[in-house]
Amino acid sequence: MKDIDMIVGPRVPQELLKRERKRFLMPTIFLGTAGLLLLISIFLPYWKLTLYAPQYPNGLVMKVYVNRVEGDVKEIDTLNHYIGMRSLTEAASLERTLSIFMVVAIGLLVIAAIYLHSPAAAVFALPAFFYPFIFLGDLYFWMWNFGTNLDPRAPLSNAIEPFVPPLLGEGKVGQFKTIASWEIGLWVVFLASILILVGLYYHRKAYKPLLEEQLKKEILEK
Amino acid sequence: MFKKHVSRWILPLLGLGILALFYTCGKGGKQAGVQVGGEDVNKVIEERGLTPNDVLAAVKTYLPTGKYDEYLLFSSGGHSGQVLVIGVPSMRLLKVIGVFTPEPWQGWGYSTDTWKIFEEGGINGTTLTWGDTHHPALSETNGDYDGEYLFINDKANARVAVIDLRDFETKQIIKNPLTLSDHGGAMVTPNTEWVIEGGQYGMPWTGEYAPLSQYKEKYKGMITFWKFDRKKGRLIKNESFAMELPPYWQDLADPGKLVSDGWVFLNSFNTEMATGGVEEGNPPFEAGVSQRDMDYMHVINLKKAAQLFKQGKTKKIRGFNVLTLETSIKEGILYFIPEPKSPHGVDVSPDGRYIVVSGKLDPHVTIYNFDKIQQAIAEKKFSGKDEFGVPVLDFDAVVETQIEVGLGPLHTQFDPNGFAYTSLFLESAVARWTMGGEWASKHGKEPWSLVDKVSVHYNIGHLVTAEGDNVNPDGKYLVALNKWAIDRYTNVGPLLPQNFQLVDIESGDRPMQLLYDMPIGIGEPHYAQMIKADKIKSWEVYPEIGWNPHTQSKDPDGVQAGQEKVVRRGRTVEIWMSAIRSHYTPERVEVRKGDRVIWHITNIERAKDATHGFALPEYNFNLSIEPGETQTIEFVAKRAGVYPFYCTEFCSALHLEMMGYLLVKP
Repeated sequence: MKDIDMIVGPRVPQELLKRERKRFLMPTIFLGTAGLLLLISIFLPYWKLTLYAPQYPNGLVMKVYVNRVEGDVKEIDTLNHYIGMRSLTEAASLERTLSIFMVVAIGLLVIAAIYLHSPAAAVFALPAFFYPFIFLGDLYFWMWNFGTNLDPRAPLSNAIEPFVPPLLGEGKVGQFKTIASWEIGLWVVFLASILILVGLYYHRKAYKPLLEEQLKKEILEK
Repeated sequence: MFKKHVSRWILPLLGLGILALFYTCGKGGKQAGVQVGGEDVNKVIEERGLTPNDVLAAVKTYLPTGKYDEYLLFSSGGHSGQVLVIGVPSMRLLKVIGVFTPEPWQGWGYSTDTWKIFEEGGINGTTLTWGDTHHPALSETNGDYDGEYLFINDKANARVAVIDLRDFETKQIIKNPLTLSDHGGAMVTPNTEWVIEGGQYGMPWTGEYAPLSQYKEKYKGMITFWKFDRKKGRLIKNESFAMELPPYWQDLADPGKLVSDGWVFLNSFNTEMATGGVEEGNPPFEAGVSQRDMDYMHVINLKKAAQLFKQGKTKKIRGFNVLTLETSIKEGILYFIPEPKSPHGVDVSPDGRYIVVSGKLDPHVTIYNFDKIQQAIAEKKFSGKDEFGVPVLDFDAVVETQIEVGLGPLHTQFDPNGFAYTSLFLESAVARWTMGGEWASKHGKEPWSLVDKVSVHYNIGHLVTAEGDNVNPDGKYLVALNKWAIDRYTNVGPLLPQNFQLVDIESGDRPMQLLYDMPIGIGEPHYAQMIKADKIKSWEVYPEIGWNPHTQSKDPDGVQAGQEKVVRRGRTVEIWMSAIRSHYTPERVEVRKGDRVIWHITNIERAKDATHGFALPEYNFNLSIEPGETQTIEFVAKRAGVYPFYCTEFCSALHLEMMGYLLVKP
């Protein structure tokens, strides 16, 4: 078997496909759905931070999407300048530029994995599996980066200690209570990760015997 | 449970001891409420969605018709340039006193005499028609409000006005000749000998130019002590003096009282001497002035300063007596004390022993001990000198304690039970904390500790407790002067009213209770003072017919009934007119085009509330002539024609008929 064939894996004989349709459909459904979910998540908010203070009875909201931040960003920036935090528009600019392309790419990789009937499929699906964790990690990095690099010349610089709001749940900054919540987009990509695991399980179940059979055949031929 | 509470609270509402009659504790059965005029009180409470707390608040604030408020709140009207008079606890607006801004209802600025006051308060030939009133100060005798006068500053132009509380009218607007911006005014010394006006933004003396690059050398800070002549009811310019200070931004001031009488404490910020220039890449003022962790409280020996002034140690600057910084340092009448970051409030405790400072960018109140300050001065416990050579007292040697009260503390007032109240801007709350020293026995709680907080809505600036800044605070009520209302009222467009909130602070044993919201739709009040209403002995009508409110004496041009006349002298026509329900005498006034007209009008009524107006079209006159009052207008009859004048104050059933004609012949 050539290297490329090792990656692509054996094709499924037509009669086997007809006979055991479900076996080969399962990985396609799970991995396909996972890929699709990733693509859909582009349009959904991943993470939300709500700030409550007496002066803001309805709260201030910041919704993070893969490529943008929506909500009361301007007002939050106005407030943040008192404590010397940089404008939120400066955060994760590289990530924001590349994110759509990246998410589409890893989504397509998952879909591509459907056509690879070999362990390489797992490698293709891996970025998508880890994606929500990478997203949260990156989010935390930026919050840490912003919350701990406050301009010491800001008016309120000595009233506010450097801080990192929690990724989930309640925090406190000055007179603000912060509530971080995971939004539909993030749940969707987490679901995709689970679907990928399940999909890979079925994938292995469907294609591993085929691959082993072929390898056995090749050894015998030699 | 709910109904049970409601029943309990409406007891005081109705003053009925017969609640038991209506009170049934049936198991889930309908509860009969108190019936008044065929209405079920419980039902009304329920339908309006009121909680027991709401009902209690209503009971504590509602005043039936004809009943008077216990306190009067004199509030600055902010950039409306006026003073507001509000009843407490009903929070009813009783009057808007015209001060720096013409006010036609009172004829304030629309008669010749009142316009003269505006002209006297002008700058360099410009008559100003607005002001930014910040801090009202009631006159005091022995450190207690005496209800005689009210002073207020205009931050926008560095002016001070005097209001006589016999008739609630402004008598004087005096312009500070040295500067264009003030803040730490008006405050009075315990016997109102001096009215204090502290500067704000550093600048060269008025009219002098110096580039910002010479900020340290040419720009000045200052505090002015206006001498008040109680008999005349005027500030006397040539008996007043100022002290030159470093070009920090002096902020609020509070004179000492009792033990600290004769001293003045004055905050400052921008000891960084930042000069802004965000457009040139410099830190903006808001950041530039907030760099240092400590600014300087100025401690001024006013008693000695006044002696130096008497001894002729002042210099004339802009025609005004000024103690130079050099003299003040040499004579040892000025000391600095480090105070936390960008302080705002400086408030002396009722016994004069403690000075409470709040650094708005520091979550503590810092309490200084006057005795320790005196000791440190005597023992020369200095931590150094500032750039200008003013000795800086050692912080640790003079501080009593610091209490963490919350975010954005601004101003502090007191009650008689040893509690202090500090506004928290960022937290939108009022903090109640305990005083120490001799006060500790009054409240019996842990001294110098935070004990309670109440949320207010929103962004509170000053607060005021009843007589809370004099030697005899009443406490009882607190009014939070909130800068933002946000969602408290029906929206009335993008400019929202300010929000005054009344808080019950009577007992230190129960939490503070928010009682009432009062929208202020006229300007942005800063500070207010609350005085027991019965301390003010204002006139119901002017003492005599023909009274001139400007001089507070009989006007030679006032007339009694029957003395009315019109006299021509060359091209001048002088009219002595009377007004009574419902006619002017004379009703026909004839002049010739080009005549100079001098017109005196006396309200010869003696009945309370029988005020007459006088509106003359085209000439921009509108007078309020209260019973007994004489007012004068002067003008040149420029254009031939017929001018109907009339009474603008609805005085009687035949008010519409109260008119006359000015006939200007060609």
